[in-house]
Amino acid sequence: MPRRTDIESVLVIGSGPIVIGQACEFDYSGTQACRVLKEEGFRVVLVNSNPATIMTDPEFADATYVEPITPEYVEKVIEKERPNALLATLGGQTALNAAIALHDNGVLDKYGVELIGASVDAIQRGENRESFKQIVEKLGAEVARSRICHTIDDVLGAAADLGYPLVVRPSFTMGGVGSGMAYDETDLRRIAGAGLVASPTTEVLIEESILGWKEYELEVMRDKADNVVIICSIENVDPMGVHTGDSVTVAPAMTLTDREYQVMRDLAIGIIREVGVDTGGCNIQFAVNPADGRLIVIEMNPRVSRSSALASKATGFPIAKIAAKVAIGYTLDEIPNDITKQTPASFEPTLDYVVVKVPRFAFEKFPAADATLTTHMKSVGEAMAIGRNYTEALQKALRSLEKPEARFSWAGQPATELEPLLQAIGTPHDGRLRTIMDAIRAGATPEQIFAATKIDPWFVDQLYLIHETALQVAAAPRLTPEVIRLAKRHGFSDLQLAEIRGLAEDVVRGVRQALGIRPVYKTVDTCAAEFAAETPYHYSSYDEETEVAPRTEPAVLILGSGPNRIGQGIEFDYSCVHASMALREAGYCTIMVNCNPETVSTDYDTSDRLYFEPLTCEDVLEIVYAELQAGPVAGVIVQLGGQTPLGLAQRLADAGVPIVGTSPEAIHLAEERGAFGKVLADAALPAPKHGTALSAGEAHGVAEEIGFPVLVRPSYVLGGRGMEIVYSSAELTAALDRLSGGFGSWEHPVLIDRFLDDAVEIDVDGLFDGEELFLGGVMEHIEEAGVHSGDSSCALPPITLGNADIEKIRQSTEAIARGVGVRGLLNVQYALAGDVLYVLEANPRASRTVPFVSKATATPLAKAAARVMLGSSIAGLRAEGMLPAEGDGGTLPTSTPIAVKEAVMPFNRFRTVDGRSVDTVLGPEMRSTGEVMGIDDTFGTAFAKSQAGASQPLPGSGKVFVSVANRDKRHMIFPVKRLADLGFQIYATEGTADVLRRNGVEAVTVRKSSQGPGPNGEPTIVQMVQDGELQLIVNTPIGITQGGSPRLDGYEIRSAAVARNIPCITTVQGLAAAVQGIEAQRAGDIGVRSLQDWVSRIRGV
Amino acid sequence: MSQPALLVLEDGRSFSGTSYGATGETFGEAVFTTGMTGYQETLTDPSYHRQIVTQTAPHIGNTGINDEDDESQKIWVAGYVVRDPARVPSNWRATRSLDDQLRAQGIVGISGIDTRALTRHLRERGAMRAGISTEVLDPDALLDKVLQQPPMVGADLASEVTTFEPYVVPAEGEKRFTVVALDLGIKSMTPKRMAERGIEVHVMPATASLDEVLAVNPDGIFMSNGPGDPETTEHPTTLLKQLLEQNKPYFGICFGNQVFGRALGLGTFKLKYGHRGINQPVLDRATGKVEITAQNHGFAVDAPIEETVETPYGAAEVSHVSLNDNVVEGLRLTGKDGRVLAFSVQYHPEAAAGPHDSAYLFDRFVELMEGRA
Repeated sequence: MPRRTDIESVLVIGSGPIVIGQACEFDYSGTQACRVLKEEGFRVVLVNSNPATIMTDPEFADATYVEPITPEYVEKVIEKERPNALLATLGGQTALNAAIALHDNGVLDKYGVELIGASVDAIQRGENRESFKQIVEKLGAEVARSRICHTIDDVLGAAADLGYPLVVRPSFTMGGVGSGMAYDETDLRRIAGAGLVASPTTEVLIEESILGWKEYELEVMRDKADNVVIICSIENVDPMGVHTGDSVTVAPAMTLTDREYQVMRDLAIGIIREVGVDTGGCNIQFAVNPADGRLIVIEMNPRVSRSSALASKATGFPIAKIAAKVAIGYTLDEIPNDITKQTPASFEPTLDYVVVKVPRFAFEKFPAADATLTTHMKSVGEAMAIGRNYTEALQKALRSLEKPEARFSWAGQPATELEPLLQAIGTPHDGRLRTIMDAIRAGATPEQIFAATKIDPWFVDQLYLIHETALQVAAAPRLTPEVIRLAKRHGFSDLQLAEIRGLAEDVVRGVRQALGIRPVYKTVDTCAAEFAAETPYHYSSYDEETEVAPRTEPAVLILGSGPNRIGQGIEFDYSCVHASMALREAGYCTIMVNCNPETVSTDYDTSDRLYFEPLTCEDVLEIVYAELQAGPVAGVIVQLGGQTPLGLAQRLADAGVPIVGTSPEAIHLAEERGAFGKVLADAALPAPKHGTALSAGEAHGVAEEIGFPVLVRPSYVLGGRGMEIVYSSAELTAALDRLSGGFGSWEHPVLIDRFLDDAVEIDVDGLFDGEELFLGGVMEHIEEAGVHSGDSSCALPPITLGNADIEKIRQSTEAIARGVGVRGLLNVQYALAGDVLYVLEANPRASRTVPFVSKATATPLAKAAARVMLGSSIAGLRAEGMLPAEGDGGTLPTSTPIAVKEAVMPFNRFRTVDGRSVDTVLGPEMRSTGEVMGIDDTFGTAFAKSQAGASQPLPGSGKVFVSVANRDKRHMIFPVKRLADLGFQIYATEGTADVLRRNGVEAVTVRKSSQGPGPNGEPTIVQMVQDGELQLIVNTPIGITQGGSPRLDGYEIRSAAVARNIPCITTVQGLAAAVQGIEAQRAGDIGVRSLQDWVSRIRGV
Repeated sequence: MSQPALLVLEDGRSFSGTSYGATGETFGEAVFTTGMTGYQETLTDPSYHRQIVTQTAPHIGNTGINDEDDESQKIWVAGYVVRDPARVPSNWRATRSLDDQLRAQGIVGISGIDTRALTRHLRERGAMRAGISTEVLDPDALLDKVLQQPPMVGADLASEVTTFEPYVVPAEGEKRFTVVALDLGIKSMTPKRMAERGIEVHVMPATASLDEVLAVNPDGIFMSNGPGDPETTEHPTTLLKQLLEQNKPYFGICFGNQVFGRALGLGTFKLKYGHRGINQPVLDRATGKVEITAQNHGFAVDAPIEETVETPYGAAEVSHVSLNDNVVEGLRLTGKDGRVLAFSVQYHPEAAAGPHDSAYLFDRFVELMEGRA
């Protein structure tokens, strides 16, 4: 059955901004879907508010709408584009929820849009707990005993029946939002209360605990001829109780007999049929009681999920791509297997390797948050590794995390006290496997480990195998080939061996290489070598035979950015993917190296060759060596993957690896404070007064000299890690303590800068070829300096800067690029205070804003950068048409729309240990996970779109609460007056209310939380927020930000706002922008326009 | 503890590893199987008789050995090749470790070798004779011994794996039919699947005569899977011809498919490296549906896929084909009135190990005996 001919255009909905639980895996799946649909000749219409995605590149769809994914905006797109069909199963829960809303409000019917992939009925059967339970029971299987509840009273009744502990799961939320484990009534009231609010249907499931059971997932695929195949089985190393997104997981399942596996398989097939997912992929989760094998079906996702992305990378079977093909009518046997080319996709991949996925957390960004792992997902990214056995894959995965404390270490003496370690491993936490290894070192028995963790004894034994191998390495009289081979077979890095033997890493590497012990590269081929693989998707292993094919064209290796983390995410993957596309086109053999399974870069279709490998010096050096054996290597690109590859540059260069683009020496010039200061001085560019310090004493001296407030931060970090603004010497002492972990000194110097209060912050992305500067884009931050650029919203073109300012920015940027010696991209941050343009910092690499700038200005900056790195000139690229023939991002025509980037924060994912929200105040340390773009003719409409896209839509009317710090009171009067004029009712705490009244703004005085309820029961502001009475909150913090510490005034208001999802503005500049947005919304209907339309307008076509 | 072992292929390629299971020396045809689960069923599958089986899945033995999953009375593989054997078994049904079981039954194995390299080699060069030894560690010396072994082509092995005495597997619940199952290397799940459907199964030795078969007055005839070259297996083919003449409903699996093909006058041939795994896609040509099947065969029937072949018993056609390589995976014989008289498949609907997609074939056998097919 070939593709359907009765539909011509398909609307694809993406997943919006990156949030915890929904990351760039949906860019991977959506990009695949768009590509398939276009190849098949459909007109593709795409809606996705996330500019950092590959899928929103204009070439992947016929009409790309970077607009909010809300029913209102998607309806506007439907009205304009009139698609025949809607594919919503590839954009995560966001797309699925939007599709259901559009079905429920009649829009799909009205415009005759058919939902393809899964019908609304099927989606609801799969996601509705009660109907799902009936389906499972009909198939003769069990779900956990449970009850559906709609009120707290229902919940308490259920608890009386089922007994504690209980699991709370809200319906229709993604990533387990609002779910949790309740051990008593207090827990239950809190978790179920929040869950009822989080669920769009005010529905939670209260369920018996199956804590400690083994947990499995199957990825299932069905076509319209009812052919069903299992793509992958995944086993969680962490047993039930930890969200699968936060678990260490393994593919294929390791501890199932065939009999048990086939029972699961039969059920999975039965479920997808009964639920009625007509075509496409879904994911089904199971729990197994280790004592007697009792099997329970946990849940299903009737769509492509995070696990599907992992399963695709783990097996080489591209689930999203095939899901798109079966959605448009193909059957599985009509679709060729991409990897073998000879065999069809109607089969079940079989693996001759082991895949391990480990989560990456960001608790350091939220010190107040409870770091216990629960059924509520908290990780921000993941790394995957492939090995020929579990030990190899596991150790590779752990080093892929780029957290030194994540990997196993045998340095120093084992702990003398076992009991605290056994206690610690009883609670799931980030790095638990390491803690278990420490317990093993301290003498724990396998029985003790199992008793404390319920981790399957086979996995526990594998940890002992690793430990025993380490002991053999330690005990060997010298590093013999046998010992090295044995250790390498179990995934030990040179660094670990060096640590065990008390040697330098380079020495171990030298010995190993001299002995000719190097990894071979195997191929992910879907079929365990039964058929020849045509696609070079490789992983390393210390085995016998390598499969890297010789080649003649010159290779360029692109180093990716590793696991997503706050500060380094999809934006860098975007640049890497673009580089690969541009260089492939230019005739190079592009070779991607990365270990993040969620990304487009690790799609084996993206580059000529893919190495799914950790981004450590050792692993990269071995790949370079292997590729040098295969053919010429033109160079390695380290500039596009963020800090991860940049941090490797010098060591790679020292080992003789050719780094293309900006040299490691130049990178050092920009990163090292003294050297960079000289570059600025030579160009006569002002910078805020600054200094560096290696001790607390030095730091105080520097701070006194330059004067408070100062910005304190460690060097060589991304995302403002550890950065704080301090206003006094006492605060400085506290900040330094936090930085040094109490040691009072640091390996790399601490940077101290004068903090410019009230300055306008400006972000610039530029491209420099040694001769010419191409100013990519100039972004004006909406929040003042002091809020990390990644968390600040910004506008492009800059809304308040004049041509003279931009000319000054151009000259400064060019001077820096020349002074540093940039070849490729450069990001500079400036602060404009008064008329002085201060240089805050310069980064000679692709920045987080490259995709935003590229989309807002319709210029492929990363592609151009890759070409410049390989020797092309900007003039040449202009002639070629890759860059505009004239002008650049500094000279945009007046017809250019305003693009506003807004950050999306993960505050709703975290709770303090006592169950409260973490603080939401923005500061110099970046904490956002993603971003959206609003694009329109004016700033107000663009800003309103950006807020809607970030799930914080601006209200059109209602009650606004205002409480601002003294220093902000003057700036707040005018915008608040405007809100009052627009008909909003203003509420304020006493001081703010007085100021407003004196300025002629009527404001109702509300009691502060500390005042408690009034004599006649007048509620406090916190109660009002909790009761959902307010539509907008303006609360600027008094005092300073302290790394997420909750001691700030207004914390309770802000955390209540997070819990109720009420927009909460924490800066006066943000307030002013919001007022413009609200005015624009009220001025009339906001339209939608595709990027392709904007592009023709910018280009004046 | 870790004793060295050597694997040598007849074309001279050798792999050095560590002894696994029993020590000693063994010879057979080197093949690979790609199933990720079900090693216990694989080891006890008589079709693997005289074969040195390589598991492409690296971790083997994780769930140990239990008392329920054996497919016959013993381990049949001639030798076992794995990459990473489990040190401890972990499963609530496990009663002992795989390593112990291999030792107890004297199965010589090798571990720690690059099984993917071996698999790729067999894929490119074809299945071939091989030897594993913990005694002769010189590749040339072991190669000499390998070259003295008989090849699989021409091997008549049914007599080595079949039951000596007939036995009956009673029907579960109400008995509806009597079937004679000729044991050419039968797996225990096969009579069980029939018994579940109300069939009383009389399992008979491969040498059973026509009279012995007819003595139990069977409603249907079944021939099982089994090892060896179908071309050398004269008796079952002759017997089947006689039974087809008597219009006995017939169902064959694997070797039983090849016997059926030969009885219908079709040829059989040796595949380069066979189909061994539990992920093999097969197309049912009548319905257009795909089944994921368990397979274990080194030989196949040579039949024209698009044509019907007239035979003395009716019209024969290819009912199922492999979607991977178009190999014949099933045959069907129909009478003049279009009714099905007999059928067989090359794969394993009893699926132990493997997916249950094809279990419907046992229902079809029941329908055939009911005269409904």
